Amino acid sequence: MGALQSLPDEPEYRDLSEKTGFSFEQIGILHKRFKQLSHNEDTLRRDDLNTIPDLSCNPIRTQIIEAFFDKRNFHQNGEGTVQEISFEEFLVVMSHFRPPALDMTEEQREIIRREKLRFLFNMHDTDNDGTITLEEYRHVVEELLSRSGALGKETAKGIADAAMLEVASISMGHMEPDEFYEGITFEHFLKILKDIEIETRMNIRFLNMDTTNLCNRTQSVRVNGCLSGELSSSTGSPQGSVFSSLLYTLYTDGCRSQYEN
Amino acid sequence: MPAFSCAFPGCRRDLLVIVLVVFVGIGLPIEASAPAYQSHGTEGSHLTNITNTKKAFPVLAVNYEHVRKPFEIALWILLALLMKLGFHLIPRLSAVVPESCLLIVVGLLVGGLIKVIGEEPPVLDSQLFFLCLLPPIILDAGYFLPIRPFTENVGTILVFAVIGTLWNAFFMGGLLYALCQIESVGLSGVDLLACLLFGSIVSAVDPVAVLAVFEEIHINELVHILVFGESLLNDAVTVVLYNLFEEFSKVGTVTVLDVFLGVVCFFVVSLGGVLVGAIYGFLAAFTSRFTSHTRVIEPLFVFLYSYMAYLSSEMFHLSGIMALIACGVVMRPYVEANISHKSYTTIKYFLKMWSSVSETLIFIFLGVSTVAGPHAWNWTFVITTVILCLVSRVLGVIGLTFIINKFRIVKLTKKDQFIVAYGGLRGAIAFSLGYLLSNSHQMRNLFLTAIITVIFFTVFVQGMTIRPLVELLAVKKKKESKPSINEEIHTEFLDHLLTGVEGVCGHYGHYHWKEKLNRFNKTYVKRWLIAGENFKEPELIAFYRKMELKQAIMMVESGQLPSVLPSTISMQNIQPRAIPRVSKKREEEIRRILRANLQNNKQKMRSRSYSRHTLFDADEEDDVSEVRLRKTKMEMERRVSVMERRMSHYLTVPANRESPRPGVRRVRFESDNQVFSADSFPTVHFEQPSPPSTPDAVSLEEEVPKRPSLKADIEGPRGNASDNHQGELDYQRLARCLSDPGPNKDKEDDDPFMSC
Repeated sequence: MGALQSLPDEPEYRDLSEKTGFSFEQIGILHKRFKQLSHNEDTLRRDDLNTIPDLSCNPIRTQIIEAFFDKRNFHQNGEGTVQEISFEEFLVVMSHFRPPALDMTEEQREIIRREKLRFLFNMHDTDNDGTITLEEYRHVVEELLSRSGALGKETAKGIADAAMLEVASISMGHMEPDEFYEGITFEHFLKILKDIEIETRMNIRFLNMDTTNLCNRTQSVRVNGCLSGELSSSTGSPQGSVFSSLLYTLYTDGCRSQYEN
Repeated sequence: MPAFSCAFPGCRRDLLVIVLVVFVGIGLPIEASAPAYQSHGTEGSHLTNITNTKKAFPVLAVNYEHVRKPFEIALWILLALLMKLGFHLIPRLSAVVPESCLLIVVGLLVGGLIKVIGEEPPVLDSQLFFLCLLPPIILDAGYFLPIRPFTENVGTILVFAVIGTLWNAFFMGGLLYALCQIESVGLSGVDLLACLLFGSIVSAVDPVAVLAVFEEIHINELVHILVFGESLLNDAVTVVLYNLFEEFSKVGTVTVLDVFLGVVCFFVVSLGGVLVGAIYGFLAAFTSRFTSHTRVIEPLFVFLYSYMAYLSSEMFHLSGIMALIACGVVMRPYVEANISHKSYTTIKYFLKMWSSVSETLIFIFLGVSTVAGPHAWNWTFVITTVILCLVSRVLGVIGLTFIINKFRIVKLTKKDQFIVAYGGLRGAIAFSLGYLLSNSHQMRNLFLTAIITVIFFTVFVQGMTIRPLVELLAVKKKKESKPSINEEIHTEFLDHLLTGVEGVCGHYGHYHWKEKLNRFNKTYVKRWLIAGENFKEPELIAFYRKMELKQAIMMVESGQLPSVLPSTISMQNIQPRAIPRVSKKREEEIRRILRANLQNNKQKMRSRSYSRHTLFDADEEDDVSEVRLRKTKMEMERRVSVMERRMSHYLTVPANRESPRPGVRRVRFESDNQVFSADSFPTVHFEQPSPPSTPDAVSLEEEVPKRPSLKADIEGPRGNASDNHQGELDYQRLARCLSDPGPNKDKEDDDPFMSC
């Protein structure tokens, strides 16, 4: 089976590239990953993401997975959650983690900052009422501390309460004892996190070069029209790669000196 | 300093004049009379010989020789510090000229004075410099190194440090050799190796100078850590190059094998230094695990282990600076989890103090050495050196940034590059290395002169102009922000989020490895190096508690709740409205028990003579916890008045306090919430700022019963206190004493309430 990727579909990728800002190579690599996660189907489900081994020890795993299925992150002004997502939606969610380009104006940076903070806000605001209530914030802190140990819900509550108080104090300034602070709105959220420089921190590196040829390779055999199951091969190099010829030459170099012909 | 804020405008100037006079007055006689005292000493003994028969016993005799060395050392340090003091009395001067420049000028003056007298001014002895003056500065830098920006940029820093320094050294050495080949310069005796040696000495960015200048301009974190990190990590390169060329210039020829060995040597020096430092760091952390009973010597362990790391690595010709940095970085998280708060403060202040003194002394001695040292001036050579320094630095930074930006997520802008290039200051390390050159080098004096000129140029010109340039270019400054719990939560949240998304993407990036390291640290390392049960404490909680502690201490010092958050927002603004009710019977029970406990406690209080000033005489952890309780009490008092209005039909107590105690601001901040965490419940254990008088005592007692109902309210939706079991639980938590939630779990106070 040829391990080289077939050329990406040009028009489709062009649309996606314009929409999300990724380059063609990056889209290609992410597409391969998508297919791998969804077992070559067209849509991705929650269970597919649940089975990723790297995520298993992440304390906020559920929230991360939910974020992928949250319609608010698809930039289509939708609400609610879906059960499965297509590649386009996957890519749109991923695009929140793209680093800003070097030559951006202050306004563009501001837009990107708002976008990223909106993503974070959506992750906290699970009931989609536009505010992060005390309960939701407590839940966030509890999840964060859940893997880290045995200190219990009380400390998490204390921290969440303190944080909420801080937000309220910074945003509202003065409130009568009878007034009630409903929750953190998006504007308050922006204010409280404006020093964190999120546009430089909430980024991951997207690969420009496809290195997955050398790892995560699978093989299957077709006999009489039946395709076997996939076997992941972790040794050997793919047919036709430069590496193979180099290895061959190195390996057989010793023979040359032994035999005249 | 209150003493200096006099009413008269001329007061400050007078004070400065006095300082200068004292300095000159003492400095002159010391140097001048050293030989005089010697002769006087012999004279004195001669006199005593003669007068032995006449006088019985010399009542007053002077023996300067006895104390000469320590006396002079102490005097130099004192003078240096008086000078430093003097500068800050002239506000306009210290705003324009960086301190390092002023100190060098002072050194020049002192050197000049000494020379005028006819004495030989002391030169900055390299032994003294490398073994005594440099380590405190580096340890201070390494211990307080901001880890997060450092590790995020470590690749860039290494590229600048290693490749940048190599480029500088070879570029300068090569071009200077080409210059020396020109007949008209008159330096044809200088061979390539000597030039390369000179290049390697003068190419390294100096941490002392960088620290001294950058500290005053408050530039943004990224650029600061880039320049600073580079200055620290290029020590390995400098050491290797220096030793290499020193060896070679004796031998005269270089083979390919030597070059290869040089490269290997570089790796050995740098990684060896880091390894030595890490070993000592782990030793220090492990030792600190057992110091819970001997708190006073804790800081000493930190200092001694670090110094040993430095000396050990210097012994093997490894990079001492990298060893010190590694030791500080490795040691810090574990040691800080183990030591008491006072030890932490001690360490911090001692390090700052020593590094400040060292820095001052270094710059003053630089000035003195300039006057003292033998000079050989050659216009072309020196001027070319200075120009080449600048040029090679700029080219190096631009070239390297071009390559680095391909691999960075957050690219370096032109402004960043400019500051990095302009901030490459040379300093005392270059001078000491030059001074170390043996006298067999015929160009030693010339090199020394050139080095001093470069240092002066960078420190004076670049140091003075960098501040206006930063303003002019509107480079981002450091954000003066106090620690915010929201930012801390979200920083941690982001870490996990990015690790997760990297996992979804399928490739192992930066966050993945960081997460793996953290997990390894938590499961294996912390278990061994942190005392007690603290190793399980997550960072977020540790941060939160630290903030609490700071605020509690602030409150003690100011005597009232600090106005960190000037607002009247409190928990009741945030909690949902539902106020669950306490059954009357339960209320009565709680009231009774609390009253009994309060009486117990009052007796305990009276036995301690409490006053605001002796608060910290007792164990600090207790006091801080009391402070916290005092805060809680004040808040509760405030709430009483509010709750009274709302819940008056539940309780039947007189409304005696509508307003809080005078002097207590109606301020609430987040740490009050600490009241409700599981392991840190306050006792109902109150003290008063004045000795309790009867009316107060009575009112206090009357206030007490209201609290349980407030407790019920504050527990919020979860605290359904009408549930009996829950009430019991609440109460028991209430009864547990609050102790310092830091490392001293064993300091949990014996609790008179536990019996209830």
